[in-house]
Amino acid sequence: MATVAGPARGNAIGEALRQARKAADTEYGIWSWIATVDHKRIGIMYGVTAFFFFLAGGIEALVIRLQLATPNGSIVNADQYSRIFTMHGTTMVFLVVMPLSAAFFNLLVPLMIGARDVAFPRLNAFSFWTFLAGGIFLNASFFTGNIFEGRLGAPDAGWFGYATLTSRQFSPGHGVDFWAMGLQILGIASMASGFNFIVTILNMRAPGMTLLRMPLFVWMTLVTSFLIIFAMPVITVALFELMFDRLFNANFFNPAAGGTPLLWQHMFWLFGHPEVYILILPAMGIVSEVLPTFARKPLFGYPFVVLSGVAIGFMSWGVWVHHMYTTGLGTIANSAFGISTMLIGVPTGVKIFSWLGTLWGGSISLRAPLMFAAGFIAMFTIGGLSGITHSIVPSDYQQQDTYYVVAHLHYVLFGGAMFALFAGIYYWFPKFSGKLLNDALGQVHFWLMLIGFNLTFFPMHISGLLGMPRRIYTYSGDNGWDLWNLMSTVGAFTIALSILVFMINVAITARRGDRAGSDPWDGRTLEWSIPSPPPPYNFAEIPRVHALDDFWHRKYTEDAQGRPVPIPAGAALAPEPEHAEGGHGIHMPSPSYFPLIAAIGFPLIAVGLIYDYAILAVGAAVLLVGLYGWALEPATEE
Amino acid sequence: MEHAAAGSGHLETSTGLDNRKLLMWLFLGSECLFFGSLIAAYLLYRDRSLGPPFPSDRVFNGVHYEGLFDIPFTSVSAFVLLMSSVTMVLALAAIQRGNRRSMQVWLLTTALLGTLFVSGQAYEFTVFHREGLSLGSNLFGTTFFVLTGFHGAHVTIGVLILLSLLAMSFQGRIQQKDSLNVELAGLYWHFVDVVWIVIFTLVYLIQP
Repeated sequence: MATVAGPARGNAIGEALRQARKAADTEYGIWSWIATVDHKRIGIMYGVTAFFFFLAGGIEALVIRLQLATPNGSIVNADQYSRIFTMHGTTMVFLVVMPLSAAFFNLLVPLMIGARDVAFPRLNAFSFWTFLAGGIFLNASFFTGNIFEGRLGAPDAGWFGYATLTSRQFSPGHGVDFWAMGLQILGIASMASGFNFIVTILNMRAPGMTLLRMPLFVWMTLVTSFLIIFAMPVITVALFELMFDRLFNANFFNPAAGGTPLLWQHMFWLFGHPEVYILILPAMGIVSEVLPTFARKPLFGYPFVVLSGVAIGFMSWGVWVHHMYTTGLGTIANSAFGISTMLIGVPTGVKIFSWLGTLWGGSISLRAPLMFAAGFIAMFTIGGLSGITHSIVPSDYQQQDTYYVVAHLHYVLFGGAMFALFAGIYYWFPKFSGKLLNDALGQVHFWLMLIGFNLTFFPMHISGLLGMPRRIYTYSGDNGWDLWNLMSTVGAFTIALSILVFMINVAITARRGDRAGSDPWDGRTLEWSIPSPPPPYNFAEIPRVHALDDFWHRKYTEDAQGRPVPIPAGAALAPEPEHAEGGHGIHMPSPSYFPLIAAIGFPLIAVGLIYDYAILAVGAAVLLVGLYGWALEPATEE
Repeated sequence: MEHAAAGSGHLETSTGLDNRKLLMWLFLGSECLFFGSLIAAYLLYRDRSLGPPFPSDRVFNGVHYEGLFDIPFTSVSAFVLLMSSVTMVLALAAIQRGNRRSMQVWLLTTALLGTLFVSGQAYEFTVFHREGLSLGSNLFGTTFFVLTGFHGAHVTIGVLILLSLLAMSFQGRIQQKDSLNVELAGLYWHFVDVVWIVIFTLVYLIQP
């Protein structure tokens, strides 16, 4: 395209930018990571960053458990305790489970649908950098108090930030400001990746990859992405309203001016309940990939699992009031939402039976990924059942705000989501590192985590039913809660030990792990058809897809009894031709610095809103430079 | 227009719809929930202010208060925004025919009409503020300024996009084959316009 020559100075800058971009277009070095738009590298960065936040959130959890180990604990005071549990919840939801899921979206979706990258590679890099910026910004709140005098600056209103706990009157200091704006920034990151993955999945599928031939993980990514782009705007507005209340004296949640704090709860949970499924659906997708591989059977009832996922996505919009039974909305509202909550258990139950059906009669190979996936099914089922007890309104009245709820949510989010995410890590680690994680250590990790998890959270059902409220920083010794709390604390440190085993496993594997071939597990989906780790362009030739589990059918046919029989080498479908020219003919999008620059703008804007409008102006300028640079540079440098 | 498609190896998409166009539709779908939430908050708090000023004439504690809304003024302003959608369509039609000059004229007209609308809003805000309405004055002030303010911000961003397109077209970067850029800006512009029709109806015209 002909461009009109700009002034000489502009050309010099343009030339410098082009040079910097070229320099980053290599396989090694820090700049090649900072400017990368490769979905696999972005996925790895998401995963590593989320794991660091997982450690931070885990340490916060250990502080909580130390404080509650015995009655009248004095490790932290009430103020510090509130800030730590707020950060623990916020971190685990927004900085751990969501980005770990995003890591898997990034790593797997293009490979599973037979694409070379996502639809918008630079938007993808922008999502990651914005997430990182938001995560750092949120955690920076700790330092807005005086940390040396033990005054933490972190938010103190809980991860749900109920009005009026978040008002300036009850939460002076800047913790809640950092919380609200940190979540806004993280929301931008999530929405950008939500848009990106919907377009990728709908538009970038390889020839023959019809919707009902897509791996289940891709389906769950699609549903999750739709939930993200529709649920996030609701919390965005709620957070804006909170910010206007705090920064500009607006009255949204101010009862003195006629405002109702209930508005916050409605908006938060209208977002919050789809959010629960944003956290769990990707985990269900991972499990639905792991089970068929290790049972050597197709997923039982694939279309039902797909439709159940879609049904959960729709129904998740109609259950939010079950978080609010005790707010006095009336019998009719409570009954209606009680029924809808019971109903959403149906598609979830369908999935659980499909997973069991997949394992049933399979030739099971009991490796670490499968053990974590099986752990997921068991733990998630317990969490699901306690969830059903919450749907029953009078029962929920008793459990509201007790440790019973804490037990339930950890059974679905830790016993559910985290177990599945670890199943995914053990399963796909060889694909992206080229090395197999040690399976024996993996099993030690699994058993320690399973025992530690149940030791931590099962007793909470009991302490909860005995009346122990959530969010209290200490308790006296005459309630009968002591034993259960001590068990929980021992369990929490057992979980920590299991994570340590995992980290040792990764370290050992990095040094001297077994080389994984392209297909170490005898997999079923397209990612196993290419080398480990995959080349930057993924597929030397875009595959043609003929069936669900296409790669499996390239390897196996069935005998008269329906048992899989390997197709003899050289017969029928030939393997992928080794890229004749080393992939040199393939044009990949060039690296770009602008997504990072744009992302840096957001925390500056947020800091500016809180402290000084001059910083806000700088942040806005940085953002604009990033966006315009991004829009005007060509996606691919010829 | 900010997001260029990866393109490489995927000249044709699975649905036949351009990646960027699909992205824009999804974004607008998401925006529906954004404005929906703001409008819901406005409607929830309508007529629940504990004191003046009020949007329309009202007796409060035995005192008659004149309403702030100037329906004829805002109607003109709404008309201006509606007309800007027409000029936007003309700009797109022009570049699709390959008539760059005509597109530039219509883009500029659209941007000017948009600016006129935002100026009208700035004037309205100033008048209301002088009458004692602020973010903190009462629930009406809180919900009105935040809802219409976010809409105004969307129009402003739209004007910036239009002016960027105009600048790019003067550099020769917008040719007939790049008409999708104009179409995407147009989709956004029409959406913001439609949102105003909803806001104008629910906030200004239908009074309890």
